[in-house]
Amino acid sequence: MTSVVTAKGLSKRYRSQPALDGASFTIGPGRIVGLIGPNGAGKTTALKAILGLTTFDGHLEVLGLDPRKDRNTLMEQVCFIADVAVLPRWLKVADAVDFVANTHPRFDRAKCEAFLARTKLQPKQKVRQLSKGMIVQLHLALVMSIDAKLLVLDEPTLGLDILYRKQFYQSLLEDYFDEEKTILVTTHQVEEIEHILTDLMFIRDGRIVLDADMDTIGERFSEVLVGPELANAARQLNPLDERQVFGKSIFLFDNVSRSELERLGEVRRPSIGDLFVATMKGTYA
Amino acid sequence: MKTFFWLVKREFWEHKGGFVTAPLVAGAIGFLLNAMLIAFGEGHYAGANFHTNFSAAYDSADLAKAGVVVDGLLYGVTLMILIVTAIVVFFYCLGSLYDDRRDRSVLFWKSLPLSDTTTVLSKLASAVIFAPAIAVVVGVVVGLALTIMFVGVASLHGLSAWPLLMQAHPFKVTLNLILLIPLYALWALPTAGWLMLCSAFARSKPFLWAIALPVGTGVLVSWWGLMIGDSGFSRWFWPNVVGRMLGGLIPAGWVNSTSRVVHSSDIDLALHQGDPAAALDQIGLAFHYSAVTNPSLYVGVLAGAAMIAGAIWFRRWRDDS
Repeated sequence: MTSVVTAKGLSKRYRSQPALDGASFTIGPGRIVGLIGPNGAGKTTALKAILGLTTFDGHLEVLGLDPRKDRNTLMEQVCFIADVAVLPRWLKVADAVDFVANTHPRFDRAKCEAFLARTKLQPKQKVRQLSKGMIVQLHLALVMSIDAKLLVLDEPTLGLDILYRKQFYQSLLEDYFDEEKTILVTTHQVEEIEHILTDLMFIRDGRIVLDADMDTIGERFSEVLVGPELANAARQLNPLDERQVFGKSIFLFDNVSRSELERLGEVRRPSIGDLFVATMKGTYA
Repeated sequence: MKTFFWLVKREFWEHKGGFVTAPLVAGAIGFLLNAMLIAFGEGHYAGANFHTNFSAAYDSADLAKAGVVVDGLLYGVTLMILIVTAIVVFFYCLGSLYDDRRDRSVLFWKSLPLSDTTTVLSKLASAVIFAPAIAVVVGVVVGLALTIMFVGVASLHGLSAWPLLMQAHPFKVTLNLILLIPLYALWALPTAGWLMLCSAFARSKPFLWAIALPVGTGVLVSWWGLMIGDSGFSRWFWPNVVGRMLGGLIPAGWVNSTSRVVHSSDIDLALHQGDPAAALDQIGLAFHYSAVTNPSLYVGVLAGAAMIAGAIWFRRWRDDS
């Protein structure tokens, strides 16, 4: 199967600050990929490069096209929600649907109207009258009605309450995602997307520091709860991270055999959040 | 083509207030002021010869003159409304490629398969063709309403309405006004192009860029002229560069660049001979379009096209949202 996104040595500098520093990765079809990184790690720049919104050095192919040159063709197959509340404030709900229906060749109007019927949005309402959560509902209804191959989401749920956040990802999974589609999402609310991701990428200082599917991550990384008497033995095995809880130590290991770890204590699968914190240690120092 | 139509429609959704409401309000005010003027004249002078722009028309001896007043009314009202639209369009151009970058909604538009070229051209067309066209339509409608009111009042003064209307040329005037829109667009192109270029280019305060750059350059040129004691270049520079970059939206700004088939002395002469109809005919379509032969017009068009191309480039690559 050909990949949806292929990036090799992606680099981009803003003034003297590198935003991307030779990032390489591949995203296959039918995946839900989380691109996770601390602030300023280059997430948004990477997405902008994929969307053809910025210049960059290196090789990048999206659906077989160069986003710098073929952006107009590319955007028929790629959708994105850049952030909450980027819909123009003067736009009416009905006009938004009309506009996309008449300018996007892959938009399904009936589908969009069905999505909107499940919300409290009124056709005559203007975006300025909507709450942040409702704006996202509108944006999501528009985007989910477009039969695109790649959907890019940059912090799509920032500033939303938990009801809207849950509903957002639930709609995506139930009404949108299938094996033909690929979703690339960045967010800081890692816990919320943990269970829907198929792949995980960590980005730090413009480089991809971890790129694996969720099964591999489950096999590779383990968290062990170790009593004080075995703590030193655990430290011998080069843990990624160690933290203290109730007089016991929690160690995070990368690629240490399970049988070996089970002798030290109770082995669990680490959460992405803990993995992230361990990987990004010292980022802001 | 369909995309272009919807892009223009989008501009009118966003700028309905400026493009439609403003000329309507200006037209309503124009109508009201004229009605007040007539009422004032009727009340104070009881139908005697009072001096308004209608006074010439109350002379039943000269229906032709009365007809010219009606024609002049149509031109005058439309001109007034076009000036309002010109002001609106000036600020529209400045914001056209900047406002959506500032509120980041450009990211929504850019998530749709719309080319930057089509987007910029749709905004340009809204500015120099569709907005002026609306002003002309509103102007003609208000002008005709005024004509009806005026003819009604004139008939009270013993003029018969129909012969008077026959002396006026509302259809010819309307057609002239519509046919002048392309010339207006060409003449306005350098200004629209410059303002849109600033709008696409500026990271902040496009207004400052748009004004400061040409005016600052003009001041430098004038200063240099003073230093070398020859202000010839400066006298050319201000109207032909600064003026064209900032003032191209002023309606009929091209009249000084017409090839002067008509001399203003001819118009004066016709007016002195008591033949305003001839005077009005002198400044017909042929007069206006003679500006096309003037380098000032087509050099301006070329410069405007280049600046639009620049605006498209910046629209594509400006990455600050």
